[in-house]
Amino acid sequence: MHEFRFEPVRLPAAAEELRREVRDFLAAEQASGAFTPSRNSWNSFDPGFSRKCGERGYIGMRWPKNYGGHERSALERYVVTEEMLAGGAPVGAHWIADRQSGHQILRHGSERARRELLPRIAAGSCYFSIGMSEPDSGSDLSSVRTRATKVEGGWKINGTKVWTSNAHQTHYMITLARTAPKEEDRHAGLTQFIVELGRPGVEVRPIHNLYGGHDFNQVIYDDYFVADDMLIGEPGAGWSMVTGELAFERSGPDRFLSTYQLLLASIRALGPQPDDRAANEIGRFVAHLATLRRMSTSVAGMLDRGAQPAVEAALVKDIGTAFEREIPEVFRHLIATEPTLGDGQSYAELLGMTMLRAPGFTIRGGTREILRGMIARGLGLR
Amino acid sequence: MNGLQQDLLNTVDRICAEHCPRTLRESAEAGEWPAALWRALEEVGVTKAALPEAAGGAGLEFGDAMLALRRSAYHAVPVPLAETMIAGRLLAAAGLQVPEGALTIAPVVQSDVLDIKSKKTFSGEARRIPWGNHCAHAVVAGENEIGIVALKGFTGLIEKNLAGEPRAHASFNAAPLLASGSLPGARARLELEGALVRSVQMAGALERALAYSLQYAGERVQFGRPIGKFQAVQHLLAVLAAQAAASSAAADAAVEASAQAPDGFAVAVAKSRIGEAAGKGAEIAHQVHGAMGFTREHNLHYSTRRLWSWRDEFGNETYWQSRLGREIAARGADALWPMLTGL
Repeated sequence: MHEFRFEPVRLPAAAEELRREVRDFLAAEQASGAFTPSRNSWNSFDPGFSRKCGERGYIGMRWPKNYGGHERSALERYVVTEEMLAGGAPVGAHWIADRQSGHQILRHGSERARRELLPRIAAGSCYFSIGMSEPDSGSDLSSVRTRATKVEGGWKINGTKVWTSNAHQTHYMITLARTAPKEEDRHAGLTQFIVELGRPGVEVRPIHNLYGGHDFNQVIYDDYFVADDMLIGEPGAGWSMVTGELAFERSGPDRFLSTYQLLLASIRALGPQPDDRAANEIGRFVAHLATLRRMSTSVAGMLDRGAQPAVEAALVKDIGTAFEREIPEVFRHLIATEPTLGDGQSYAELLGMTMLRAPGFTIRGGTREILRGMIARGLGLR
Repeated sequence: MNGLQQDLLNTVDRICAEHCPRTLRESAEAGEWPAALWRALEEVGVTKAALPEAAGGAGLEFGDAMLALRRSAYHAVPVPLAETMIAGRLLAAAGLQVPEGALTIAPVVQSDVLDIKSKKTFSGEARRIPWGNHCAHAVVAGENEIGIVALKGFTGLIEKNLAGEPRAHASFNAAPLLASGSLPGARARLELEGALVRSVQMAGALERALAYSLQYAGERVQFGRPIGKFQAVQHLLAVLAAQAAASSAAADAAVEASAQAPDGFAVAVAKSRIGEAAGKGAEIAHQVHGAMGFTREHNLHYSTRRLWSWRDEFGNETYWQSRLGREIAARGADALWPMLTGL
């Protein structure tokens, strides 16, 4: 019997205090005109805002203090992230470094990497990209062809990464490369490297997305040198880091709040007395959202206790991203408008931009199909 | 899950294994009262699990009672355990003594109204009283008061829901109340209690539909391998698992928020979300089972026919979603996040 239990999480008093503090901070920032709630919070790159988050201790919250962290709990971090996303704060610059790169460096990086990078990440002044996908390697990540070969004092990297979000604006990128030839165990021989961008041997070229925006990049390595102490973990240990720990990053509120601003705008547009159909749809989304939040906080609680809820995390991402995608599809029926290109605050533009971003939700961080495969494995079918 | 909860679940499993074979489900659907099963549940105190100790309960938390109920629904027990639990809870809330035996509640149809203001007698039409023909007493609710009525010698029309559970119609004309008391918002509370237990039961039935589907997908061989090895089937089962997981989470959240009295928001979320999952989940479970699951012989229908019945009882998804939607629209978009986070 497969029983899914999403145990309740009682947020500590400190977390609730923090929630209030973050809300006040966001309200003040918004009032001062520092930002307007964005349609896609964690894709909005704003170094000024990230530095303010760093000053306030909202980045690297779980890390040790001697690396610039704040030794807070996973639940306190959860509260900050969900408040940032629900408030539409432009957290994109530090998001990846805070969510996963810093965590990996802390767990598996060299002492030099920790000392040099973690305090800067926590300060909100050092940003990261993820270098996994390649032109011929997406869902089948073990097929990566970027190669790193051992040289005196380090490694030389050659190859090409794609879909590298923000690599034109970030400082570092964690790159997955093959350090040993592919053998029977196709997951062996992969290693993660910390690559500093903007140095000789690495070139960043834009890839424009379907609406003409520039988030993605192609990153080309040509005999790029990485020192030994910029490996993450032992050579060959990359796969378990990529699939194991990152799997847990799938259950956060960033997997179901991407279109929350459109949900709010739609509720506003439908007014205080919506008709039957509109009331029905609003209620349905709220029921889904409340349930997703329960599941997601519960997974955060499991992680806090040191459990490994890989299947639960995959379930949250699968239904969370489906929820995100459905919001524009439903409200376009209820609020007659022609979706319009543009980054303005009008409903037509918000709807338009959300629709154009939506296809990515069920692709990034593991496609829906890959997730369902993982869930099936968890159910004992594979 | 603590040790006591595990013991409780083991007890329910044991009783169902002993007293709830498919022959019993069949005879219950034919109209026979499963006396031995009910007695076994009574003997271990499960039927009074939702009552406070002062009202004769077993000293369990409300959450424990709902855990037992959910497991009983996993086993598709053909008895009014949910109804007895909420009838007792309503009586305890009004400070009334809880009668022995199986209890039911009325009215359960939204447009039915019972006038019990006199507190001695009451009148009105009540349709589809769950298990009304098998329960000695019903707890009846007016707007702000409740009472107990004896149902002995029931002669009204008896319909069945899709699962074959009896739903009895009764017409009361100055019928005597054995006891009565005030309970502010009694009728509204009955509706919430009903939606809450049906949500919990559906979560249990979905778990069973998933369990049957995983088992079948592992056993049924086509094209030389178990159908669970085909990616198309795996993805179907992953979606079913997601619906079951969401239902489990929504039911737990509603139960936790309703320890003293049902929480309107959490119950509306649960009945909406789980009602939707019931339909989607049952569809997938049947698709995975193919023709085999379409037979009377396979056990899947005991779970899916309950899902198809329960999602429409005590308000369907549209009803609860609209309630939620109207409340949020009236409060305004800015109130949504504080509602969700409780701050």
